[in-house]
Amino acid sequence: MNSTTRTSTPVLIMALALTLAACGGEKVGGTGTPGASAAAACGTFNLAVNPWVGYEADAAVIAYVAEKNLGCTVTKKDLKEEVAWQGFGTGEVDAIVENWGHDDLKKKYIDEQKTAVAAGSTGNKGIIGWYVPPWMATQFPDITDWKNLNKYAAQFKTSESGGKGQLLDGDPSFVTNDEALVKNLKLDYKVVYAGSETALITAFRQAEAKKTPLLGYFYEPQWFLSELKLVKVNLPAYTAGCDADAAKIACDYPEYDLDKIVSKRFADADGPAYRLVKAFTWANDDQNEVAKYISEDKMKPADAAKKWVEANPDKVKAWLAR
Amino acid sequence: MTARVRSSRPLLVAVILLAWVVLWIPVHGRHTLDLSPADLTALHRWLNDVNDSVGANRDSSPVFRYFVNEIRAGIDALVRFLQGLIAQPSYGRPVPVFGWLGVVAVVTYVSWVFGNWRVALLAAGGFVFLGLQGLWQESMDTLALTLAAVAISLLIGIPLGVWAGLSDRFHRLVTPVLDFMQTMPTFVYLAPLTLLFLIGPASATIATLIYAMPPAIRLTAHGIRSVPRTVIEASESLGATRWQTLTRVQLPLSRRTIVLGVNQTIMAALSMVTIAALIDAPGLGKTVVKALQTLDVGTAFNAGLAIVVLAVVLDRVTTAAGDRTARTNRPLMAGLALVAVACWYLSYTYLWAAEFPDRFRVGGALSRGAGAVTAWAQDDLSTATGAIKDLLTYGLLNPFQALLVESPWWLVAAVAVALAAVLGGIRAAVTTAACVALLIGTGLWQDAMTTLAMTIVATILVMALGVLVGVWMGRNRHADRIIRPVLDAGQTMPAFVYLVPFLALFAATRFTAIVAAVVFAAPVAIKIVADGIRAIPATTVEAATAAGSSTWQLITKVQLPMARPSLTLAANQGLIYVLSMVVVGGLVGAGALGYDVVAGISQGQLYGKGLAAGAAIVLLGVMLDRIARASNPSNLAKGHR
Repeated sequence: MNSTTRTSTPVLIMALALTLAACGGEKVGGTGTPGASAAAACGTFNLAVNPWVGYEADAAVIAYVAEKNLGCTVTKKDLKEEVAWQGFGTGEVDAIVENWGHDDLKKKYIDEQKTAVAAGSTGNKGIIGWYVPPWMATQFPDITDWKNLNKYAAQFKTSESGGKGQLLDGDPSFVTNDEALVKNLKLDYKVVYAGSETALITAFRQAEAKKTPLLGYFYEPQWFLSELKLVKVNLPAYTAGCDADAAKIACDYPEYDLDKIVSKRFADADGPAYRLVKAFTWANDDQNEVAKYISEDKMKPADAAKKWVEANPDKVKAWLAR
Repeated sequence: MTARVRSSRPLLVAVILLAWVVLWIPVHGRHTLDLSPADLTALHRWLNDVNDSVGANRDSSPVFRYFVNEIRAGIDALVRFLQGLIAQPSYGRPVPVFGWLGVVAVVTYVSWVFGNWRVALLAAGGFVFLGLQGLWQESMDTLALTLAAVAISLLIGIPLGVWAGLSDRFHRLVTPVLDFMQTMPTFVYLAPLTLLFLIGPASATIATLIYAMPPAIRLTAHGIRSVPRTVIEASESLGATRWQTLTRVQLPLSRRTIVLGVNQTIMAALSMVTIAALIDAPGLGKTVVKALQTLDVGTAFNAGLAIVVLAVVLDRVTTAAGDRTARTNRPLMAGLALVAVACWYLSYTYLWAAEFPDRFRVGGALSRGAGAVTAWAQDDLSTATGAIKDLLTYGLLNPFQALLVESPWWLVAAVAVALAAVLGGIRAAVTTAACVALLIGTGLWQDAMTTLAMTIVATILVMALGVLVGVWMGRNRHADRIIRPVLDAGQTMPAFVYLVPFLALFAATRFTAIVAAVVFAAPVAIKIVADGIRAIPATTVEAATAAGSSTWQLITKVQLPMARPSLTLAANQGLIYVLSMVVVGGLVGAGALGYDVVAGISQGQLYGKGLAAGAAIVLLGVMLDRIARASNPSNLAKGHR
């Protein structure tokens, strides 16, 4: 009994001292945060954010303008593409603001389920193709013509490519015709699936740093290209319809018009946030700039958006005018 | 008679393997059932249609309206309540109910009450460290989600585990279900889950608990089953009812193993943090995912470290709670409770105690340090590591894969069934034949064989590490104390944090995938082996030492044989954890089934194929596990009982 009192007394004193000592400082809610009262006009805007930096740049700028200029309450939801599209039907996603093709999803959600509608181009052009690190293009200038690829096949051999040259494919989110291309162009290469953008970028980084050969699938706009200017290999030029039969493709990828998709409900309500999304359009350079702020300068998306918006008032004004 | 059969078994296995190689030479390259990545089978298309029809009918079906939606609402409410307590602004206030000081105080107090001073200090230090990393709110979001998932897992898992421990029939029934839950890749059911339970905390929690619950069930059952027969018979002969035997004998005696199950559930839940972030789960996972979009390894490492810290604290506190003796010093308890309440009050009232102060931050320095180490490894080590990768790939993996992939399907099937028959008897042979047939049915035979080659290599490495390190840890408490945090880090550090440097070191290859699988799976095998070694009664070890056994003899003749059930469980869990990394492997160059699954979540028309690939991973797991399990003599005896 005695010993327990002895141990608990200092504890009590400690508690008291703590309470007293702490009775200074700012109280919770003391200064009060100004509530966003203008929100009523716009309401809540559920913006899907797909996991790549270019998309993040689009979303950051749209969210910034929606909050500052229109008084919307923007809820950003980090989602994989498929899941984001599903959200149109369940009412949890209002807009996707950088869509790469995805004809299968368009067919399913726009044509069949009728829960989504297209909201026009973002103004960005998506390019897909085969790339080599800059040192290779400098040392072997003719490598950028597909006809010469077989000449270099031996250089591209790896432990994964079974005696042939390796063509490193990346993130399966993007369309790839590479198996068919290799076969139909009679290239002595094997497609090896890196499986993610992370793996691809790391591979290109190492290839340039170590001056090792690498041929890989890549795309632009992409923040990594401002770090390392990969050089595109020219495949037989794309002509309309040359990719009609997937098994017989022997031409380059088409240029993708990156576009915006919104939920039907969101479009029908025709609120200020919807009009902003519909009017939003900018150039690849604009996106690259914001993407660079986020990826290289490590700015928060909202800060990156602020910086760009303040430097480009005319463009923002044009979106809001319509 | 039985002794002769057993001794001839290795010979038979060798004959089968030799026959395989000899036959491979003339027939390889035929009937390999290959399917190119873009091609689909009728089954894959059918699965696509099923998925579409579920999506189209979600709102009209009464099952959804009254059943699924209720579950969703309940779990959502639970998670949001926990978030409101510790993580998010709630009840009209700009901060959560418990500020950082309140959380630290309560966690410390609870750790002390249920554990001891040492874990209480660890908990306090760990949680303050989260704040210093600049990740307080993210950590609390993750903690809220994890607590919800673990609570539900244990609420369902422990009773089911007890049942499986008592009933052989239920055990047989539930084991394949658990295998399925642990090996079916999360990627496969992530999109359907959000279709059923919508985007939000409920889907994230359910995705987490599907993966996290099985260890609780399995280890509870294992604990109950490991109670010696004689003890139960003694209890029964004293007139105890079944309920009394369970609560007074079986549960207390298996407490250590059950606690191991709880720990593994927590670890598994935390290992899901990054994947759950793909469906908008709040917390540290988002930080990791965002950082990796720009390959910012430093920031990702900082967030990954926070997950590890949470894991270590939760693990140590639960372990200490498992060993505790009841507290008796009531005045001290009351006094400290008062301190905790005072701290909570401060954190409720004052801003400095509610939001972690900005002034003291180590997160930036940690990020820069991790970034610098990564850059150094990539620049200076990659030539040497590339050589190791090439050696192992050309020397071991490629020949083995060629044997599996280029053999006609009927040859592999015959070899697998023959091996199962020799090692495990007729029952294992039948299971194997069924698995082979179903694998062919998935349409992904060749991809499955490629993945199988990697899985076997990785599992062998995992078991080698498991026995080596596990025995060391089981015999040496100091080793245990130093190694265990490293194991916890291996289990809970999001794979991609270390995969970026691994990718630089070993390129996008199958070898990188194997290394990743070993890093993730070896800890669980090591822990289970160590637990088994330590569970051997001290008297047995002393008796053997007194009889003049050397250390080597003690390990090989006494400790390893007596820890056999643990070795079997370690092999089972090691294999299953390797298989649960197949998808991550697909993200770093492993191709095959892992890539099929990743492509399935990324492209609508490949969804069915991804699902089939997920099923193929499960089938591989069941097949390998049943052959390995049946080949264990002690289990063979049990089967004949």
